[in-house]
Amino acid sequence: MSIVVSNISKSYKGVKALSNISFEVKEGELFGLIGPDGAGKTTLFRVLTTLLFADEGQASVAGFDIVKDYKIIRESVGYMPGRFSLYQDLTVEENLNFFATIFGTTIDENYDLIKDIYVQIEPFKNRRAGKLSGGMKQKLALSCALIHKPKVLFLDEPTTGVDPVSRKEFWEMIKRLQLKGITILVSTPYMDEAALCDRIGLIQDGVILQIDSPEAIIKQYPKSIYNVRADNMYQLIQSLKAYEHSHSVYPFGEFVHYTDRRTGFNPVDLKLYLAERQLANITIELTQPTIEDAFMELAK
Amino acid sequence: MENNRVIEVKELTKMFGDFTAVSAITFNVKKGEIFGFLGANGAGKTTAMKMLIGISKPTAGAAKVAGFDVASQAEDIKKNIGYMSQKFALYDDLTVKENITFFGGIYGLTRARIKEKTHKLIEELGLQDLTDKLVGSLPLGWKQKIAFSVSLLHEPKIVFLDEPTGGVDPITRRQFWEMIYKSANNGTTIFVTTHYMDEAEYCDRVSIMVNGKIEALDTPKRLKEQYKAETMNDVFLKLARG
Amino acid sequence: MKRFRGFVIKEFYHIFRDKRSLFILFGMPVAQILLFGFAITNEINNVDIAVLDHSKDATTEEIINSISASEYFSIDQFIEREADIETVFKQGKVKAVLNIEKDFSQKLIKDGKAHVQIITDATDPNTANTIYNYVTAILQKYQQSQNESVGLPYQIVAQTRMVYNPELKSVFMFVPGVMTIILMLVSAMMTSISITREKELGTMEILLVSPLKPFQVIVGKVVPYIFLSVINAIVIVVLSIFIFKMPVEGSLFLLGLESVLFIISALALGILISSIAQTQQTAMMISLMGLMLPVILLSGFIFPISSMPFILQLISNIVPAKWFIIIIKGIMLKGVGLQYIWKETLILLAMTIFFIGLSVKKYKIRLE
Repeated sequence: MSIVVSNISKSYKGVKALSNISFEVKEGELFGLIGPDGAGKTTLFRVLTTLLFADEGQASVAGFDIVKDYKIIRESVGYMPGRFSLYQDLTVEENLNFFATIFGTTIDENYDLIKDIYVQIEPFKNRRAGKLSGGMKQKLALSCALIHKPKVLFLDEPTTGVDPVSRKEFWEMIKRLQLKGITILVSTPYMDEAALCDRIGLIQDGVILQIDSPEAIIKQYPKSIYNVRADNMYQLIQSLKAYEHSHSVYPFGEFVHYTDRRTGFNPVDLKLYLAERQLANITIELTQPTIEDAFMELAK
Repeated sequence: MENNRVIEVKELTKMFGDFTAVSAITFNVKKGEIFGFLGANGAGKTTAMKMLIGISKPTAGAAKVAGFDVASQAEDIKKNIGYMSQKFALYDDLTVKENITFFGGIYGLTRARIKEKTHKLIEELGLQDLTDKLVGSLPLGWKQKIAFSVSLLHEPKIVFLDEPTGGVDPITRRQFWEMIYKSANNGTTIFVTTHYMDEAEYCDRVSIMVNGKIEALDTPKRLKEQYKAETMNDVFLKLARG
Repeated sequence: MKRFRGFVIKEFYHIFRDKRSLFILFGMPVAQILLFGFAITNEINNVDIAVLDHSKDATTEEIINSISASEYFSIDQFIEREADIETVFKQGKVKAVLNIEKDFSQKLIKDGKAHVQIITDATDPNTANTIYNYVTAILQKYQQSQNESVGLPYQIVAQTRMVYNPELKSVFMFVPGVMTIILMLVSAMMTSISITREKELGTMEILLVSPLKPFQVIVGKVVPYIFLSVINAIVIVVLSIFIFKMPVEGSLFLLGLESVLFIISALALGILISSIAQTQQTAMMISLMGLMLPVILLSGFIFPISSMPFILQLISNIVPAKWFIIIIKGIMLKGVGLQYIWKETLILLAMTIFFIGLSVKKYKIRLE
C-alpha cells in the first residue's frame, strides 16, 4: 500500500476540517479526491505531506509514518500545492534548476521523466515564471514536483482556474506518469475529471461520502434518473418539485435530472402531470447517472 | 431599442496600443434571456464585459445596454444594471443585514424600500438565523446566493455575473442557478461570463470568444450538434484546438 | 552544501530582480545620509538678525562688526525704535534682535559695564538657545580682546571647548544613528519580509516538503542580507569620511566587527518577526513599529536618554541599538579600543545570542 490513512481528524482555524477519514491508495494507482471548496482536500493533503499535525488518527506514505518519519517523507514525495506555487521572478529554467538542486539531483538526471511535459514549455525556458499562462505554470509546477523522481505524487487542485484545453492535456500527462509506476493522489472540484481516475473518494465538509472506482459508484446509484425537458426551465423545475412523488430535482444544463420516490414508476404519468401545468414540448428519457448525481445523492 | 433587445452590440472593438483585445464583435441579447459569454482567460471576454458595463471606452464600434450607449451614457448604464463577481461581492466584515443596507443605499433605494427588500430577501433565502452574522463567516455558497440577491436589489433590467459559481458544491450551485432561472422568468436578463463550461449548459444561448473574436454563437444544444460534442466543454475544446 | 548554495543563489536572484527592495537596500541609505548630513543640522548659519543701536558710537560699531563678521549671523536690518522689535519678529525673517542701550561707550568707561539685550525668537527653542550662546560667545571674545589690551589682572576667563566635536557638527551625531537605522532596516525588515513572502506566495510549503533543513532555509535567507548590510555600512562610513569629513579615530577593524555583531542581532530579530507575521505587510509594520520606532526614539540617536523619564530609560536598555550607538560613537569619534566598550559589546553579544536562540526555537517547521 502506498498511502494508508486511518481515522484522521483535524480541526483547523476553528472548523472541523476532517472527520474520521480512512482510505488506502495502492502502489501505482491514480486516486482522485473529489469535492468542492471547503471539503477538506487541501487540509488532508497538508496532513499527508507532514505540513500539519492531525488531531487524531494515523497515516503512512510509502511506508513511512507521517509523524515519526516526517523527514523521510519530505525528502521523497513530490508535492504540487494549490495555486502552483512557483517563484514568479525566476525563469522557467531557474525554477526547475532550483528544485532539482535542493533535492540533490540535476535536470538531466531525470529528464526522461518530465520530458513530454517540459518539452512544451522548453521554448520559454528563459521567461520569468510570473509571465507564463495558467496552463504553462501548471506544466512547470508539475515538472518541478517530478524532477527528483518521487514515488508518490500529491497534486492539490492542479486544474483549478486553468483553461479546458490545458486541463485535458494535464490529465493526459498524469495518465502517462502513472504508466511509469508513480502513485498519484489528485484532488479536484471537477466531477467530470473523476471518471479519469482508477478510484475516487468523494468528500464534502470533511467527511468521505464514498470510495470506489467511478464505474462502481455510478452503478451503485440507487435510483433511475430521467432527463426531463420542457420549454420553460423555471416552470419545469417548480412543477417537478411540487410533484408529490418527486425524490430529487436537479437542473443539469438543458435537462433536469429527475428521480422518483417510487420504484418502477411510469414516466407517462409525469408527462401528463406536467402537461396539466401548461408546459410544452415535454420530453422524458432514462439516462445514465453521473458522478455528480452520485455526489449529490450522497451529500444530501 | 428594437423589439425587446436589452443588449445590442455592433462591431465592438478594443485595442491597447497595437494589441487588439476585442475584435469587432456583434451580437444581441433579448429580454429575459440567460446569455453565456464564454472564452478562455485572455480571450477578451473580460475586456468586452468591461465595455458593456460602462467602465471601459470602446476603441471602435458601438453597443447599447438597457437602451443606453456604452460610450456616451456610461453612468446611466451603471444605474440600470446589477453586477456580481466571484472576486468581490460582499464585505466579509459586515453582517448580512449591514451588507444589504449598504448596497441598497448605494443603489439609491429609500430607507423604506431597503427595509422591505431586506425582509423579502431574508424570507426567500431562509436567512433568518444568519442576518446578524458576518458574511465572512458564511460558506461560499451562501455568500454567492446573497450576493446575487443583493445585485438585484434595485430591480435592474440586466444582471452581469462574472464567474459566479466557481468551486461550490453541486447542490449549492444548482440552488444558485435556480435563483437565476427565477429572475429570468421574471424578465431580468442575465449576462454570465465564465470559463467553467458546465455553467454554459444552463444558458439559453452562448457565445464563445477566441482571441478577441466571437467564434460561435448559438444555443448549447445546437452547438453540441454542430460540433458533434457531448458537452459544452467538448465544444470548447474543438473550437480552441482549431 | 550544494543544496544550500542553490538556495542562496535563488535569494540573490530575488533581491536583485525586485526593484523596490533594491531601492530600499541601496537608495535609502545614501539618501538618508545625505539628507541628515546636509539638510538637518543643529548649527546655525547666516541667521538673520536685526540691530537696534541706541548709541551708535565707535564701540557699538565694533561690536556690531564682530557679530556680522562671523559666519553665524547676518545683519538683515537696523531698526530705530523699540516698537519695531515686535514688528520685525512678526515679519518672520529675523530670528534675533540685538538691543544696545544708550550711551554704551560712556557707560562702559564710567561704570565698567554696559548692557546689550539679546532678544531671540523662541518659537524654535533650540535655535534660540544656540543664537543666545553664540552671541554671548562673540561678545565675550570681544570683551576679552578689549581687556587684554587694557591689561587687567587676575582675569579668569571661562573657556569652553566642545570636546570630540569642536565645531558641534551635527553630522557627527547623526552618522552613527543613521548607520544603526540602516543596518536595522536592511537586516531585520528585509529578512522578515523575505521569509513572509515565501509564506504568502505558498512556496514555503514546497520548501518545507523538501530535503532542505529548516536551518538551511533560515541561514540561506540571511546570508545575502549580511553581505548587503556590510556593503551598506562601508558605503555609509566612506560617505561620512569623504563628504562630511567625519573622522574615524579608532580602529576600522573593530568598527567592522561590532557592526557585524549588530547586524546579526538585527537579522535574528527579523527572523523572529517572520515567525509571527503571516503576510509581508504585517512583517513590515511590525518591523517599523517594533524596531524602527524604538531605535529612533529610545536609542539616544536624536533624544538623549538621560533626559527621558526613568521608565523609558529602563526600556531603552533592551533596545540593542542603544548599545551599538554608544559603541560606534566611541570608536568613530573618540577612538577608543575594546577596553572602553567591552561592557557594551558584551551586552550586545548576550542580546544577539538570546535573539538567535529565540528565533530558532520559534521557527515553524509546520504550517501552524
